[in-house]
Amino acid sequence: MSSNTTNERTTGESTSETEGPPDDTIIETDISVGPDSSRTTGCPDTIVRAENLAVYYGDDRALSDVTIEIPENRVTAMIGPSGCGKSTFLRSINRMNDRIAAARVEGDLYFRGKNVYDEDVDPVALRRKIGQVFQSPNPFPKSIYDNVAYGLRVQGKADDVDLDEAVERALRGAALWDEVHDQLGESGLDLSGGQQQRLCIARAIATDPEVILMDEPTSALDPVAASKIEDLIDELVEEYTVIIVTHNMQQAARISDKTAVFLTGGELVEFDDTARIFENPDDDRVEDYITGKFG
Amino acid sequence: MSTKREPGFLADVDLTREKLVNRLFYGTLVVASLFGLVMLVLLIADVIWEAGQALSTFDIDIGTFLTATSSSRPERAGFGASILASLWLIGLTAVLAFFIAVGCAIYLVEYAPENRTTRLIEANLANLAGVPSIVYGLLVLALIVNDAGLGSVILAGAIALALLIVPIIIVATIESIRAVPSSVRDGSYAMGATKWQTIRRVVLPQAMPGILTGTILALARAIGETAPLIMVGTMLHATRYPSGPLSSFSAMPTQIYNWTYQADRMFNGLAALGIVVLLLFLVAMYALAGYLRNRYETDGGSISNV
Amino acid sequence: MSTEPQSGPGISGDDSLEAAHERNRRIRRLLFGCAAVTVVTTVAIFLVLFDNAASYFFGARISEMLFAGEAVERTVSFVEFFTGTRWAPAHATPAHGVLPIVWGTLAITIGAGLVSIPIGTATALYLSEYASTGTRNKLKPILEVLAGIPTIVYGYFAISFVTPILVDGIATDILNPIGSGLDSISHLAPFLLEPVSAWMLGASVGRYSMLAGIVVVGTMTIPMVSSISEDAMQAVPDDLRDGAYALGATKYQVSTRIVLPAAVSGIFASYILALSRAIGETMAVTLAAGFNPTLTVNPFDEIMTMTAYLVSMARGTSAVGTVEYQSLFAVGLLLFLLTLTMNLLNDRLKQRFQEEYR
Repeated sequence: MSSNTTNERTTGESTSETEGPPDDTIIETDISVGPDSSRTTGCPDTIVRAENLAVYYGDDRALSDVTIEIPENRVTAMIGPSGCGKSTFLRSINRMNDRIAAARVEGDLYFRGKNVYDEDVDPVALRRKIGQVFQSPNPFPKSIYDNVAYGLRVQGKADDVDLDEAVERALRGAALWDEVHDQLGESGLDLSGGQQQRLCIARAIATDPEVILMDEPTSALDPVAASKIEDLIDELVEEYTVIIVTHNMQQAARISDKTAVFLTGGELVEFDDTARIFENPDDDRVEDYITGKFG
Repeated sequence: MSTKREPGFLADVDLTREKLVNRLFYGTLVVASLFGLVMLVLLIADVIWEAGQALSTFDIDIGTFLTATSSSRPERAGFGASILASLWLIGLTAVLAFFIAVGCAIYLVEYAPENRTTRLIEANLANLAGVPSIVYGLLVLALIVNDAGLGSVILAGAIALALLIVPIIIVATIESIRAVPSSVRDGSYAMGATKWQTIRRVVLPQAMPGILTGTILALARAIGETAPLIMVGTMLHATRYPSGPLSSFSAMPTQIYNWTYQADRMFNGLAALGIVVLLLFLVAMYALAGYLRNRYETDGGSISNV
Repeated sequence: MSTEPQSGPGISGDDSLEAAHERNRRIRRLLFGCAAVTVVTTVAIFLVLFDNAASYFFGARISEMLFAGEAVERTVSFVEFFTGTRWAPAHATPAHGVLPIVWGTLAITIGAGLVSIPIGTATALYLSEYASTGTRNKLKPILEVLAGIPTIVYGYFAISFVTPILVDGIATDILNPIGSGLDSISHLAPFLLEPVSAWMLGASVGRYSMLAGIVVVGTMTIPMVSSISEDAMQAVPDDLRDGAYALGATKYQVSTRIVLPAAVSGIFASYILALSRAIGETMAVTLAAGFNPTLTVNPFDEIMTMTAYLVSMARGTSAVGTVEYQSLFAVGLLLFLLTLTMNLLNDRLKQRFQEEYR
């Protein structure tokens, strides 16, 4: 594990320690685990917390009894085989599941201590604090500028800020400014896949959310574009909390601080520091899953 | 086992009768399919021939024809006032029909819950589409022309035509809105946009080319409609240029009807010329719709303004 | 345990969000209003037609009876209306039997159906099963043009070509000679041949003819039948066809035994649609078939359909209160109810067949 220098944030109490029995099995891996930026592993606040969260689509249970505390300003990865509820969990955080008619939620999910499924919570307001990047890049059929400015305009902030400046800041934050600064009027759809995805990231961060949800953001991209996004995530986490669903275990191992493993039936099987998950997991099933992929 | 091919391989399968039936059937289908083509050719040829005959036999000047008003004397009758009346009609009809139709369509696709009211609206739409156009004329005749006292004016005709084409525009709009992929909608909602914000800024701009195409095609239907206008009450001869929505009028199709109905051969000839003008309008409208469709189907480019 | 600092006043957003929500709510109400207009239209049609038709049968409109206290008197009896065979409401000696114009509408509709249904189905079969892509790409636009031609143009075509040339041609160049031929041998079988030859000899055409109406309305409804039937046929999955072909079936057999039965619900729906259209057709049939309300089976005779009557009696504002004006709404109501029934029948059939083929 790489050593981490202390990060500037002062925080409250430390996070709870996960118990790990002194298990002798150590998994040999030949990839480096853990982010190589300077993020401390101590003391971030919990920004999103689920308690016995379950989600049903009609009669199918997609997510069962998930309890998890996601730390602020960290990258939390969610891995697991297809159809195990990772995306469903992600969509529960910003209540995008509401858009699916057959979806039913039980249990609680807290954002900064407030249960997002309470009666007095406006999902539209919630989504203004949480950004989402989708698996297939989905820029609007508008100019690059208008794509990035969309959130600000929609949230009624366009008059209060210098739009040009905000757009530039977002595009720089998404590592896209240098490539497109002279073609802001061109259609967002004219960009390459990787650029489109970074445009979607720029669009998401332009409104300064607190959390960025990423649902397999690089699965539709080529390796070069994917690695650019991964570098970007490393930078983004300094300002935002990133929760990322990924099929790519190497990716999770590379960039995330904590990893949650979902297995069949929408069950959260284990959640711990990334290093522990990949080198010394508690649960046999997790070990099988990980070695199955690597082995 | 012997693998030698018998010289009369498959000889025991006698398909001559089947083949004959197949050929006959095929022939029948072809002849039937040509019927439509033949009728179309005859129709166009007839119209063009009659129009040509009219021009030469009665020495009609095209310029005068296009600009003069009609009259009870065929030598002095022209199509100009009717053309203007039709333009007024189409403009008013477009305004009246477009917003109601698009509004209804947006409601049905984006807002309507799955309940009985919605099903009622949808079932009603299906039936409205099957109402004969003349019935709309009757409706407007009783309510607008007489009860409301508006008289037989362009606005009344426009109301009748608008009611007629609203279901057509609704169907085209619903299709166009549904064609907008859910990925861009999700992108907008995930940014904390309300439903109307998403519709106005993302869905409608993307659906607009399809909506406009559908509207133009609906207006092409309206410009040729005669029966509702006759019920509303048109002038026998469009002897004056209409000055506005409250003028009495005779539009292109109704003037054609009146000229056809007369026994005088010269009037019949004028009718043929009028039909040519009407068909040219239609060709232009279909071409515009086709152009719109092509331009926005192949070009997935940007839609300006948020 | 970790602390979870709250963020601001709950998660309910600020003023601009509230404004956006309010706007959304207002727009939703407005859009619902637009949808309601369509329902109101249907209600209005019912109300207006019944209200004004009452004045024909009872001397005063329902609204006048209710609100203006008009007396109710029986002016036209239902019996005479539905069973009488002379239609002349505006005549000096009026007669209010609607049968002739109902018959006119029916004759045109059935006749047009006899044209458009076989030809439309055959065209659809050809396009779906036989035609090459090149032929399809040429034939389909032609059919669309046929569908797009305004009915007034069909009417002009009928009166300037179909009646004087086609129908008259049939009468004078085909039937008359055959008739005179039959006449000379009619002594061989007088019972049968005499009336037939007499009819053929006497076949002549004026300005209008039922046959012209049938031809023209039939032609204009062909695209309706062919395009909807073709869609239904195309929707039949290829596996069904492949199964039959693999058994050595000919194209004729596959078309008639596999494709047609599988597509029958859509095809039937197209028939009803075409017939419904024919019932409501106005301009083409008026200029083709004419203005003479008679009960006749002679296709060369002039007749009058319900829609032709409406058009012939339209006088705008000048005739309010007259019998002719009132009769417009009685006939209009009848026409509306007829097409409504056809449409409801269509809906029912579609539902039923959808269940069967689930």
